[in-house]
Amino acid sequence: MDIPSSDPRRNAPRLALHVPEPAYRPGDAPDFSNVTVPPAGSAPRPDSSAPARDTHPLVDHLVRVLDEDGRAVGPWDPRLSPDTMRKMLADMVTVRVFDDRMYRAQRQGKTSFYMKCTGEEAIAVAAATALDSEDMCFPTYRQQGLLVARGYPLVDMMCQIYSNAGDKLHGRQLPIMYSDKPHGFFSISGNLGTQYPQAVGWAMASAIKGDSRIAMGWIGEGATAEGDFHSALTFAAVYQAPVILAVVNNQWAISSFSGIAGSEQATFAARAVGYGVAGMRVDGNDALAVYAAVRWASERARANAGPTLIEFFTYRAEGHSTSDDPTGYRPAGEAQAWPLGDPVERLKAHLIGLGEWDEERHAALVKQADAGVRAAQKAAEAQGILPGQGFDRIGSMFEDVYADTPWHLAEQRDTALGEARTYLGRDAS
Amino acid sequence: MPTRNMIEAINDAHRVMMARDPDIVVFGEDVGYFGGVFRATAGLQQEFGKERCFDAPISEGGIVGTAVGMAAYGLKPVIEIQFADYIYPGYDQIVSEVARMRYRTAGEWTMPMVIRSPYGGGIFGGQTHSQSPEALFTHVAGLKVVIPSTPHDAKGLLIAAIEDPDPVLFFEPKRIYNGPFDGHHDKPVKPWSKHADSEVPDGHYTVPLGKARIVRPGNDLTVLAYGTMVHVALAAVEENGIDAEVIDLRTLLPLDIDTIEESVRKTGRCLVVQEATRTSGFVSELVTLVQERCFYHLEAPVGRVTGWDTPYPHAYEWIYFPGPIRMKQALEKVMAD
Repeated sequence: MDIPSSDPRRNAPRLALHVPEPAYRPGDAPDFSNVTVPPAGSAPRPDSSAPARDTHPLVDHLVRVLDEDGRAVGPWDPRLSPDTMRKMLADMVTVRVFDDRMYRAQRQGKTSFYMKCTGEEAIAVAAATALDSEDMCFPTYRQQGLLVARGYPLVDMMCQIYSNAGDKLHGRQLPIMYSDKPHGFFSISGNLGTQYPQAVGWAMASAIKGDSRIAMGWIGEGATAEGDFHSALTFAAVYQAPVILAVVNNQWAISSFSGIAGSEQATFAARAVGYGVAGMRVDGNDALAVYAAVRWASERARANAGPTLIEFFTYRAEGHSTSDDPTGYRPAGEAQAWPLGDPVERLKAHLIGLGEWDEERHAALVKQADAGVRAAQKAAEAQGILPGQGFDRIGSMFEDVYADTPWHLAEQRDTALGEARTYLGRDAS
Repeated sequence: MPTRNMIEAINDAHRVMMARDPDIVVFGEDVGYFGGVFRATAGLQQEFGKERCFDAPISEGGIVGTAVGMAAYGLKPVIEIQFADYIYPGYDQIVSEVARMRYRTAGEWTMPMVIRSPYGGGIFGGQTHSQSPEALFTHVAGLKVVIPSTPHDAKGLLIAAIEDPDPVLFFEPKRIYNGPFDGHHDKPVKPWSKHADSEVPDGHYTVPLGKARIVRPGNDLTVLAYGTMVHVALAAVEENGIDAEVIDLRTLLPLDIDTIEESVRKTGRCLVVQEATRTSGFVSELVTLVQERCFYHLEAPVGRVTGWDTPYPHAYEWIYFPGPIRMKQALEKVMAD
């Protein structure tokens, strides 16, 4: 609206709103020249019990271990054994194969929805490797690698995706919203960011009880705009909770680029500075850097030296979910142009460079993972797929709302079973 | 038997339970060193230590969110939201996380926590210290909603809420923290010490959740009320000489439908009372239930007394507050129809 000429503010400069836009859109050539990638090994490594401010130069840096030639360099090299690295590689490959099979299952109409983590496999797998098995994870929907790395049966993951008879969650959650207490994997919420203060609360509880277990939470860069992100950081800082808080900056929140979450003026790692917690930015496609950062932060938490905020800098190579078409909002080929490469290929190259791996073994690994995933899929589908579900245990829909079923739910259950009887022409349970 | 006001009763419930169960932690804004702005947690930090009773940042979302993590760990958080009006920043965590955790994990994770919060008006709190948001929570599957009206019930219900395996919203009618209030704002308020329901036993006892109380037996009309409105309803019934049965619901969810049904079938008339705004309020649910279950026993349409559908004003508080005049008119209407 134009300001009338009689307005006394007519000579004041017009204000303008800044709405961030990504540098490139569909049809443009992908270009990441704006992304600064410091040399691997160049980030200093403070002692894990150092004051938080000693880490703050790292919030604008990028902790990297694997260089362009696949060598592990610098002070963050975790010096892992070849066996450990081979296990991480195998888990990352399994996640990728699993994602592909389940993506296909969704396209075949066997389930409603799926979310791949292609390009981000290292963030969950290497973190799981760096944590103790009893530490509690509060993940997002793109940390399926935690379950894989912790040995959770693929069949159980798939049964949850299919909402079938083997689904321990009784078909109540979207596919990929797993939950498994024994494997330290907290129930995933569709409301973004809620898990962040929960992770802090779990860590606070562990400290209150004098336990030695810590918690780790993950959030996407887009969800850092939620209030829960900030309350989690506040509580973590105030109580010096033994928690690791990870921001997975994969550049895209569905179709909104990271600038819409506030990345233009400061890194997500830099949020740590204002809260006075340790913070660092880490190459999320470098499994060794991810491992090293989580290990460092876990040592810090276990020593009661405080929480750590880690931004994992990565790229979401695929669509947000099976319901998303990324060609509508970003250039084709961006994933291939991502300057930090592919996490699987980088770890593989490193192991080959060490003489601990080769192309033949890798091909065999992929084949083995593929066979394992296929066998799991067969076993899961034997217990049903989503379109076939819904009439075996209708009564279960009314269970677990409360510990005991109150009268109003019992009445509604009986009514629903009556409806089902009419619909099916037989008694339902 | 010792007499206690409602704050002292609530404080005692905390103390009894914290001594019995080392997994209970109490936190919220100002609840630690100072013992809460209403003093409900006074002395708990001194008695049980800073790790079991502590001050929280001004972040209701953070308070509820961290309580979720603590409950997931195996603790039993009893958290205070300083005023119910402040509960909205924590609403997502309560509705989407606390309420549904048992369901969405098929019982793998449960949320045995209590969320206490002073609610209601009549204290010159303006529109941000006077709200009655209970209907926002009775609409949510997985929560229990409890509202006491006496010191005796406050302690027994709070202990039952703490022992309950499900999450409980425990709304405390702050207008009657220190004494029962009959709605006559221009008359002196009697302290609880002169009231029979202020006899609060020492030690552990419970008032079961989901069980209403017949406060005053009667034959001509059933009045359903909770919180401060129980006292307003009692006074109005007696001032107007009506042989009404006044029922204190005590727990809104799950509701004691049997006691309600039995009473309305006996009296044939029903008036429902809430302090909250009118539209889509909890009493609308009560009207529907009574109509569904007692229709052929009803002599008149079910009446309804509520606050107005405006934000709670400061200057016109006593015009907003459902008091003796509104009660009298509603009673007369239900009795005349």
